[in-house]
Amino acid sequence: MPTQATADSVEQVIFDGLAELGAEGEVSRVATFEDLDVDSLDLVELAQIVEDEFDVELQGEDVKDLQTVGDVIDLVVARAQ
Amino acid sequence: MTPRVAITGMGAVTPLGVGTAPLIERWSSGECAIENGFGRCRDFEPTEFLARKEARRTDRFTQLAMVAADEALTQAWEDALPYEPDRIGCVIGTGIGGLGSLERQHDVLRDRGAKAVSPLAVPLLMGNAAAAAVAMRHGIHGSSFGVMSACAAGAHAIGAALRMIEAGEADVVVAGGAESALADVAIAAFAAMGATSPTGISRPFDARRDGFVMGEGAGVLVLEDAEKAHARGAEPLGEILGYAASSDAHHLTAPEPSGRHAARAIGLALRNAGLAPEDIDYVNAHGTSTPLNDRSETEALKAALGEDAHRTPISSTKSAIGHLLGAAGAVEAIATVEALQRGLAPPTVGWEERDPDLGLDYVPGQARPLKRRRNGDGAKPLVGLSNSFGFGGHNAVLCLAA
Repeated sequence: MPTQATADSVEQVIFDGLAELGAEGEVSRVATFEDLDVDSLDLVELAQIVEDEFDVELQGEDVKDLQTVGDVIDLVVARAQ
Repeated sequence: MTPRVAITGMGAVTPLGVGTAPLIERWSSGECAIENGFGRCRDFEPTEFLARKEARRTDRFTQLAMVAADEALTQAWEDALPYEPDRIGCVIGTGIGGLGSLERQHDVLRDRGAKAVSPLAVPLLMGNAAAAAVAMRHGIHGSSFGVMSACAAGAHAIGAALRMIEAGEADVVVAGGAESALADVAIAAFAAMGATSPTGISRPFDARRDGFVMGEGAGVLVLEDAEKAHARGAEPLGEILGYAASSDAHHLTAPEPSGRHAARAIGLALRNAGLAPEDIDYVNAHGTSTPLNDRSETEALKAALGEDAHRTPISSTKSAIGHLLGAAGAVEAIATVEALQRGLAPPTVGWEERDPDLGLDYVPGQARPLKRRRNGDGAKPLVGLSNSFGFGGHNAVLCLAA
């Protein structure tokens, strides 16, 4: 069963996912992927984690232009509605 | 004039431990690191050396290479690169590449479908991943690439690096080999072809030898234009005097029984070094512990060195750590330089029963002192050969001095 995608649950999964990917520095909604040294390969992995957890479909195209962690959280929550 | 090429740094991760010191010290004292039929680097925990992210993004073979390269480069120079980054190259061989990563991603594909396959799969498994990772970690901007020639890859990588410096294309090349292929499919496949030892014992040149024992590890050397190394005050650990390679063109896996093409590589390496068989003090054999290799290698040594083959101590590092496949040539080149530096021939560990078809001196029992010859200027460096032969009939031979 996929987890219900609320702002809190998505934030938690993405924060945990970024830690798992070895993101550098403080993970927060306002942190940019550049700050966290998260590149396009990491973002695809993050999208895979989110898809598994919330059963939302994300393409590489969807995430590649996002700048901050908050942007991804908002996108996932919106897609899940 | 062709530049001479010095070795100014060496690093290794082997089943005997992390570092070149445990490799030479423990092997010389007759230790064998093979357990339950495998030579695993049990002391090697990548996250002790690499950031979490680096460790996630690299296969174990690449991790081994990165840690060996760190040791070698730290030895070569303290911090700042003494050359322009575009004058530094990097060549790392492997026999197989990131097979464990390939196996894991294949499981994901089968169980969870194509969409779940990691975007890191290719950079993890590609055979050039170690060369790429080492170049990236150290800001190397000269030519960098991987070399694949099965169990000769480490020696071919060093040979390629030597030629790059000789041709003036680089001042320094970080060169070596790395392997971690203790994955189920490789274990099954080597067993299926009858190459690995069913008893799990590596005893090169012994009458009872019954195949090789798979191991993992990495060896990396810093090769440097000797004159430039001298000018910056670097202390050379040794010198690469010569190199040559040849091909059997005989069989996919079996060596040519007479060893004549391997012998040609040995002879050409000697000629490249400007030396004769009488100048050789020690041979670090490929010595896999397979019935075929150890016989054809012995034939090759007899053909190439003539009478001198009989007085030269010959030992196999694989008796202590198993067969590191694409890392073997590099780890064994390091072991050879360390042995020459210390003036001793480490033993072929576990050699007990003479094979009547072989009949050379395989240094049974314990390490043996090598006598330094003298010339007008005092003691001459000791000279050794390191042989590497790979499935596919690839023969690569290095002539080293220290």
